[in-house]
Amino acid sequence: MSEKIRVLLAKPGLDGHDRGVKVVAAALRDAGMEVIYTGLRQTPEQIVTAAIQEDVDVVGVSILSGAHMTLFPAIIDLLRQRGGGDKLVFGGGIIPDEDIAALEKAGVSKLFTPGASTVDIIDWVRKAVAARKKDEKLL
Amino acid sequence: MFDKSFIDELRERRCQWDKEKEKYGQNARPRYMTVSGDDVDILYGPESVDMGGYLEKIGFPGQYPYTRGVHHSMYRGRMWTMRQFSGMGTARQTNERYHYLLKQGQTGLSVAFDLPTLMGYDSDHLRSTGEIGKCGVAVDTLADRETIFDGIDLSKISTSMTINAPASILLAMYVAVGEKKGIPSHKLTGTLQNDILKEYIAQKEWVFPPEPSIRLITDLMDFCAQHIPKWNTISISGYHIREAGATAAQELAFTLADGFQYVESAIAAGQDVDVFALRLSFFFNAHQDFFEEIAKYRAARRIWARHMRDKYGAKKEESWKLRFHTQTAGCSLTAQQPENNLMRTAYEALSGVLGGTQSLHTNSMDETLALPSDKAVLLALRTQQIIMNETGVANTIDPLAGSFFVEYLTDKLEIEAEAYFDEIARRGGVLKGIEEGFFQREIAKSAYRFQKEIEREERIIVGVNGYVMDEEITIPVLRIDESAGRDQLASLKKVKQSRDNDKVKRTLEELAVCAKGDGNTLKAILDCVRVYVTLGEIVDTLRPIFGEYQEPPMF
Amino acid sequence: MSLYTEFLDGSVVALSRIISHIENRREGYQEVLSRLYRSGGRMYRIGVTGPPGAGKSSLVNRLAGLAAEAGHRVAVICVDPSSPFTGGALLGDRLRMQDIPLDKGVFIRSMGSRGSTGGLAAATSNVAVALDAFGFDTLFIETVGVGQMELDIIDACDTVVVTLVPESGDAIQALKAGLMEIADIFAVNKADRAGAEQMVYDLQSAMEMKAIHSEWIVPIVATQATGNVNLDELYRHIVGHKAFLENTGLLARKRTEQLKKKVEQVLVKSIQRDIDRTLLNGAALDEIALRIMRGEDDPYSAGQALFQRYKFGS
Repeated sequence: MSEKIRVLLAKPGLDGHDRGVKVVAAALRDAGMEVIYTGLRQTPEQIVTAAIQEDVDVVGVSILSGAHMTLFPAIIDLLRQRGGGDKLVFGGGIIPDEDIAALEKAGVSKLFTPGASTVDIIDWVRKAVAARKKDEKLL
Repeated sequence: MFDKSFIDELRERRCQWDKEKEKYGQNARPRYMTVSGDDVDILYGPESVDMGGYLEKIGFPGQYPYTRGVHHSMYRGRMWTMRQFSGMGTARQTNERYHYLLKQGQTGLSVAFDLPTLMGYDSDHLRSTGEIGKCGVAVDTLADRETIFDGIDLSKISTSMTINAPASILLAMYVAVGEKKGIPSHKLTGTLQNDILKEYIAQKEWVFPPEPSIRLITDLMDFCAQHIPKWNTISISGYHIREAGATAAQELAFTLADGFQYVESAIAAGQDVDVFALRLSFFFNAHQDFFEEIAKYRAARRIWARHMRDKYGAKKEESWKLRFHTQTAGCSLTAQQPENNLMRTAYEALSGVLGGTQSLHTNSMDETLALPSDKAVLLALRTQQIIMNETGVANTIDPLAGSFFVEYLTDKLEIEAEAYFDEIARRGGVLKGIEEGFFQREIAKSAYRFQKEIEREERIIVGVNGYVMDEEITIPVLRIDESAGRDQLASLKKVKQSRDNDKVKRTLEELAVCAKGDGNTLKAILDCVRVYVTLGEIVDTLRPIFGEYQEPPMF
Repeated sequence: MSLYTEFLDGSVVALSRIISHIENRREGYQEVLSRLYRSGGRMYRIGVTGPPGAGKSSLVNRLAGLAAEAGHRVAVICVDPSSPFTGGALLGDRLRMQDIPLDKGVFIRSMGSRGSTGGLAAATSNVAVALDAFGFDTLFIETVGVGQMELDIIDACDTVVVTLVPESGDAIQALKAGLMEIADIFAVNKADRAGAEQMVYDLQSAMEMKAIHSEWIVPIVATQATGNVNLDELYRHIVGHKAFLENTGLLARKRTEQLKKKVEQVLVKSIQRDIDRTLLNGAALDEIALRIMRGEDDPYSAGQALFQRYKFGS
């Protein structure tokens, strides 16, 4: 079987709104990807540990609680510290425009806001993963 | 209503008509369906619906089975309560918003709490970082509650509180605020959401596992029966089930099933169904499908009345009546062209009124962007006032009764709900269904189906997959600045320093003893909050005794 | 620095990258595996299998915690089914393992079955080799658990724990599914449910028959993974089984058998690939099939002829 795109979907923050993240999980699975869902209320620490152990290509983060300006930077910083800085981080949720700009500057590759289609998300993941060159020596 | 030979003739004529209509052009769309994804026929008539048993099935308002409404005079006797859910930032900011809303003619308060409060964490807990005051008001101690209701006469207003896992604590604080203002508890009126079952199913803000959670609820019901008789103890909620992606039938069935579970638990705890039943109320979603929603409310009343009377043996008519609050569907709002949300909300609100709701919350147009601004909240309230005063729809009761389509949908939803009740029973009941993820899976499937319908353009959402335009969103968005969190932390610190910590320790120990034994937990919690024990301290005391809930994973 | 050097330095990032290389059979993975094989052999592997809904993940959740508390370096592999149509998978086991103390260095890796039907992914045992070489001393492997014959686990593990629940049907069903033969320990999970005692009893009677031919008496433990009931006992039996295998020399024998099988697999696969490349592609095979259809040849003679040509080059 050919190489699979691996995606970690995470739900940090205290809210329990997992409708969106579950729809995205099902859509990415149906697009042939391997999707690891971490469950509700994960700390940045737990999310980053999972992302590294699972060696995912992309980390998708769903935040609807309004705490995005705290949580996204925490996840990105921790990923970098732990040697997972090459993993792409994307997100979804209720995020005002000016925050989007700030978060993209902080290292979030892409943010999807309410109404985004799963087709767009799948498309973005495929293209972003393909564009990311991995230069590594095995031995 | 119609005799059989007439119906037979009608069926024949309908067949002819169906053939004839083919000549007049084809369907413009591939499918015609409700928001729930059910096919809709092009026409409904007496042949589509079982019109037999009019009195038993439809009858009169204020009479069993209440299909047409729970009151004889409905909106002539009493208008629905306009209850805009709000709360944000600090207790002081929320208090200001309440004074504003009351001045604008709102008739009841509805408190939104922030996520740490909903989850039982104090503002100074690590997990509260970045979340304080974001989605509602932060409450740590009685001091916050005193500020929230500063200058508001609790004997004149009714207060609804959207709180579940820590509901006992927030109710106890409300009682304690009343005590300080010299208002005895039997004069307090209001509603607690206090519906933990739908938390496991949909909203997912829980603390304890189902069994101890149900005990907290039955303790609270018992306490209210004795001390706060006018308090509505549980608002059995379909709203969040629907928001999580359920269909109308699922919302109806799962919500009523939850309701039946509370009834059974309270009966098992030795309470009298005719005492507690009239303090149960419901909370439904008003989604986009106008007729389906109206039919849903009508079916809900009929089903509840029948089960309460026949299955649970309630004797009083009041116990058979399903009273409900309605909120327009947050999930139907779009971030694109957000002003369109005003129209969506208006139609949804109209369905709630035509469905006979007792109170109504209309969403604000900017809620997909952030918490609503003052202007947006005002427009949402005005929407209700226009329906009430200008459209004339509230002049007569249940005006859509007898519509072939609406009666057909009412029957259909009832049948679908009953099928779900059977399935839930077969699976061993509501708690077992939760444990095995039955409800959660059903809802997730519906949510995914709905999303795919949009993406295949079988369903057009204006501004999202149709009538799209480039736009600059000019709606002013309310931001909760981070100072709210800092202020809250400072005031919590102050309370902790100034309170009598010996009393705190003693009441918490008594609470632990009560929780391990079989005393009334609400009474013990009331003793705690009076001496400014924090919400988090109470939850932390109960957690090792009751355990912590973990969701069974499912997709 | 190469991934392998970083791996030797103890980098978890490098470990998990190397696992991806192995899983995807990227160029050079065999060479890495050869080295990894030579520096492993110390890890003890526990397989957890059973029908869907038996609570395998919840058991592993608890067992891994117990092992970590006992001072072991613990890794977990959990395998979930991949869709045969899209190849996609929802790997949800991790979600059920929230109690595992990740701060104690427990490593969890989720794998899609990617077309394998024996309960594990094709690369699972190779991934285990990487974990072994990295220094983990205890591994839990959880099988797909979709109810089919999931017997790959025997070749990948030292101790097999078979999990059943009272509702998953009677013990006879387990017998039929071949789970009886592979079980070193039975866990009757969700033991607070009706029928649990009966199931324990049925299993005991069945195991008494088996015990006549074996020195190991298969323990049957009634557990409740979510309520954390009797998990320490289950863990004790796992430790007991390990000691039994070590003391009787059976562990070495088991592993010798597994390695023989592995070598055979590598050999057969190499030959298969060679045959695919040299004999089975192109028009020759089509021609043979046509001849058989016309009655001028038969599969046996044709197959033999091809084999002769392959072996002797004539």
